Amino acid sequence: MADTSDQIPERIPIDLVVNGARRTLEIAPWTTLLDALRDRLELTGTKKGCDHGQCGACTVLVDGRRVNSCLTLAIMRDGAEITTIEGLAKDGALHPLQQAFIDHDAFQCGYCTPGQICSAAGLLAEGRARDADEIRELMSGNLCRCGAYPNIVAAIEQAMSRS
Amino acid sequence: MNAYVGTATSRVDGRAKVTGAAKYAGEFAADLLLHGFVVAATIPRGRIVRLDTSEALKVKGVVDVLTHAHRPPLAEQDEAWKDEVAPEQGSPFRPLYDNSVKFNGQPIALVVAEDWETAKFAATRIRVEYEEEAFATDLESERAKAAKVDQPHKPRGDASAALTRAAVHHEADYVIPSEHHNPMELYATTAVWDGNGKLTVYDKTQGVQNVQKFLCSVFVRKPDEIRVISPYVGGAFGSGLRPQHQVVLATLGALALKRSVRVVLTRHQMYGLGYRPMTIEHVALGANRDGTLEAVMHEAIAVTSRFENFARNDTGWGEQLYKSPNSRLSHKLVHLDVATPCDMRAPGAASGVCALECAMDELAVALKLDPIELRLKCYSDRDQSENLPYTSKQLRACYARGAEAFGWSRRDPAPRSMRDGKDLIGWGMATGVWEALQMPVAVRIVLTANGHAKVSCAASDIGTGTYTIVAQVAADALGLPIENISVKLADSSLPQAPVEGGSWMAASSAHAVLGAAEEIRQELVRHVQAMPASPLSGVDAADIILVDGTVAEAGDRSRAVSIADAMRHGQVERIEKEKLNEFPEDKSHARNTHSAVFAEVKVDEELGVIRVTRVVSAVAAGRILNTKTGRSQIMGSVVWGIGMALHEETVMDHRFGRIMNANIAEYHIPVNADVHHIDVIFVDEPDDRINKMGIKGLGEIGIVGVPAAIANAVYHATGKRIRRFPITLDKLLN
Repeated sequence: MADTSDQIPERIPIDLVVNGARRTLEIAPWTTLLDALRDRLELTGTKKGCDHGQCGACTVLVDGRRVNSCLTLAIMRDGAEITTIEGLAKDGALHPLQQAFIDHDAFQCGYCTPGQICSAAGLLAEGRARDADEIRELMSGNLCRCGAYPNIVAAIEQAMSRS
Repeated sequence: MNAYVGTATSRVDGRAKVTGAAKYAGEFAADLLLHGFVVAATIPRGRIVRLDTSEALKVKGVVDVLTHAHRPPLAEQDEAWKDEVAPEQGSPFRPLYDNSVKFNGQPIALVVAEDWETAKFAATRIRVEYEEEAFATDLESERAKAAKVDQPHKPRGDASAALTRAAVHHEADYVIPSEHHNPMELYATTAVWDGNGKLTVYDKTQGVQNVQKFLCSVFVRKPDEIRVISPYVGGAFGSGLRPQHQVVLATLGALALKRSVRVVLTRHQMYGLGYRPMTIEHVALGANRDGTLEAVMHEAIAVTSRFENFARNDTGWGEQLYKSPNSRLSHKLVHLDVATPCDMRAPGAASGVCALECAMDELAVALKLDPIELRLKCYSDRDQSENLPYTSKQLRACYARGAEAFGWSRRDPAPRSMRDGKDLIGWGMATGVWEALQMPVAVRIVLTANGHAKVSCAASDIGTGTYTIVAQVAADALGLPIENISVKLADSSLPQAPVEGGSWMAASSAHAVLGAAEEIRQELVRHVQAMPASPLSGVDAADIILVDGTVAEAGDRSRAVSIADAMRHGQVERIEKEKLNEFPEDKSHARNTHSAVFAEVKVDEELGVIRVTRVVSAVAAGRILNTKTGRSQIMGSVVWGIGMALHEETVMDHRFGRIMNANIAEYHIPVNADVHHIDVIFVDEPDDRINKMGIKGLGEIGIVGVPAAIANAVYHATGKRIRRFPITLDKLLN
């Protein structure tokens, strides 16, 4: 019988700049960025909803671009700047999108919310969405089972108009 | 005083949710935490004859593999496994209990390792051999085996004879597929080993006390040995009413290994949990030429498991909506080799009313009547099943307000008569109805002399807004700003609450807050009236209110003492009151919420693509505690209705008895681009009979009627009547 213990991969050191702070991790190559954030760095604001890139709950910003962190191995992002939901508020002041989500009741259970907000932040940076229809289309990678979509669109429109 | 109740107050847990601070069940840390990964059965029925864990156990980092043959003891009696919302009839499923396989996806082993990836990897090293048995998973091919279940609806008159005599009649089967809840949060439990056999269990659930009692029962523990906490729940929609597999498995692991264990189900594994059962809804309506009804017959044939009878009220809603001298209703179950279904948003009604309201639309077409006119012709002011009047029923106003907002009067009744370029436009409507239930709930309030109050209760907030409405009601009842109220929920050690479901938590928790606040008021009044030269001396205690941080005479608020002064004079630093609120039994009236739903669809004639471009939902549901979160509840329910009409279907390959789309990409739920304008109207519905505050609840009414309104709009657009849901483009193009 073959010994399978050698199939557990060795951990590799990587650096991530997470929400402005450099974090050094010894991490197995099979660990996703999502699991690294949640289980290793205790940044549980980033959510796991499917682990297959189907729901968008794990959306974070990597070097300013929105990505599904469940489809990204942590070691692929050695040296990258990661912004999670925990890094959006500055000095206790909410990011305009965070405030807009509260104002427009753009969530209910709150589980997709960090991904929605990070995705919306990425969308604003892309500058591609000009109206509600384009927001709807470009936010369709982020599922919300509570069905807060119209309020999510209204919140993003508010943040867009003020940025 | 209503400074907050009835207003558009933002969620008090909003900041926690938008900053990522809100912690869900699988996110609580524990020292030396172990991670469990579930191995699930791959056959629908049979026995495990060999379960080889040796290769998995060799994987570095694996601590143990629990199976039916290797686990701590579990209770042996069915009664021990019946949680407070388990079906009355049946033998609940027991994870890792024995070698029998009852459904595909059933958990059969738990690999426990030092980290999640290792547990997941090692799970692939488990070898299972089964002895397979013949199985059946197809409701339609097993339809002849349907067995009737007892339900309270008694036949009225002779519906069969009346149907035969009726001038116009419509009869059809409507097929609603099985649907899975798919809350965004994966089912998760972190069972924290506190030492000495005690556990703190962070669980994704709609009822912490239900789970706590269940775990104590199946693991034969004393009540103080297990505490269940669930401060935030990432959606549930009924799937978290019963304790789920992962909470049993995480607890089993922690007890076996005397360490903290976290178990998170995968999205795929969540298709082994409960679901909305597929139903074949047979509806027959007989009417006179003027649109009055002579007969209503409704039979539902639903899926259940081999081991539990899950049945809900699919067919009784016509008794409440439409006057008919004759009716016959029945509910039948077909036992299949599948997991037991469970409640899913508006269980029974979402499916049954969908069929009834499509049938009413078809009848309106046959009668050449406007669909609203037909519904008004047979409008029932009484619940005919018990012949009771309603505590309130503003459904007529829902029709009127909804129709006006939608522009219904501009509808050309002929199918295929309205267009927007290459799109056919369809306008459809339907009625919604749900129950207004209320349950005993206890609340504790601790008021401190600085004018802050802590309100606590075991109730859950599954995204419904319980934290917020509890804070609103407490702030008004105590006369304090809402910022001074802190609310703690969903800890089994807190005062009693049932599971959060059935739309009963708003009324139930609000009145419990009122009850506890009233006791606080009475104590403050005693302190104030005992003060020397009290400004309130001689004022009737009943005329004294709490307002603006003071104890004051209702009619003259200048006669007031601050709460701080009142407590100082009473020589108390804090006042703590806990009160159980129970609603008096009143069988003299029916209690329901109602809605009128209007939908516009645009159908691409060449491609068959259907878009729901507008929905107006006019809802009569008593007093609305929070117009902001209340609107969101209805809006979200409308989105669910869009999913039910056009997208959602759990597809089974009956050759293997296995779900084919057990993920959230191939099980379609509405995405942002699928949802356009949703207009929510709350119709005034004062109700001083149902309860003191006139609250009815909003969690479920919003979905009921929506699928039918959309189906009816699709008929109006295309002239095609699709009776098998969801209405996908292939069905339109055929």
